[in-house]
Amino acid sequence: MILQALAFYVFAFVVMASAAMVVVSRNPVYSVLFLILAFFNAAALFVLIGAEFIAMILIIVYVGAVAVLFLFVVMMLDINLTELREGFLKYLPVGALIGLVLLAEILLGLGVIGNTPTSLGALAKAGPQVLAIDNTRAIGRVLYTQYFYLFQVAGLVLLVAMIGAIVLTLRTRPGVRRQRISEQLYRPKGDAVTVVKVPTRGGV
Amino acid sequence: MVIGLGHYLFVAAVLFTLGILGIFLNRKNVIVILMCVELMLLAVNINLVAFSVFQGNVVGQVFAMLVLTVAAAEAAIGLAILVVYFRIRGTIEVEDINAMKG
Repeated sequence: MILQALAFYVFAFVVMASAAMVVVSRNPVYSVLFLILAFFNAAALFVLIGAEFIAMILIIVYVGAVAVLFLFVVMMLDINLTELREGFLKYLPVGALIGLVLLAEILLGLGVIGNTPTSLGALAKAGPQVLAIDNTRAIGRVLYTQYFYLFQVAGLVLLVAMIGAIVLTLRTRPGVRRQRISEQLYRPKGDAVTVVKVPTRGGV
Repeated sequence: MVIGLGHYLFVAAVLFTLGILGIFLNRKNVIVILMCVELMLLAVNINLVAFSVFQGNVVGQVFAMLVLTVAAAEAAIGLAILVVYFRIRGTIEVEDINAMKG
């Protein structure tokens, strides 16, 4: 139990520290890399609590797709880094104040700190529940039966996002010569070949 | 030293606040703003999964998966818009994006 608590504290600290580094990092590339670190440690937190399937999905989707997409875009766009950093210190006091107030509100409202009538003990039964079946099987049992239409709609959302991204970024450049196979195939014979009657010993 | 629900909610609250703080601080850089939105969605997912596990109800994890789907779609569309915008304007500063202001 002490080992689990220790692991939780390590992973939680790294998640929060790397999230802070995402925000304050000077270079967007470093921001993306710290984002990847935060996702990995969040997945470790999920494994620790017993939600293995979501942890693996988190790594596959976020690190494998989203973070790589971010990295690709950051490196593809040639952005001016110094201009984008302007106003960072100007907004720091207001932002920090609002952040602290918001954090205190969330923690007080949830009853994590302070004495509030909403006690987390009522929401959480004692400790993590040990399910009779493993996590992935439990999710599959409800995902493919009770929430089947929701699952299909999620697939549709992804399809629409894919089509939208392709339509947005596809461009047809003018002046590019490319092979048009149908035109080649439908060209009449008269355009391509001329039959010349060559007299014997005469030459063309 | 038992790790309870409160510990996970604390981590999620800190992540969410850091996301909002990042949107405040990086007012000009759209890429960092999108990353901060991803951080906030991660905080929401931690909340959902923690409540789901501690209450013994697996539906929260199904919902976390749907949040993940929407986050992926949002990142794809957002970055596509960003690429198109950069191609047209040559910059990604947010304060220049006011062409649709009435």
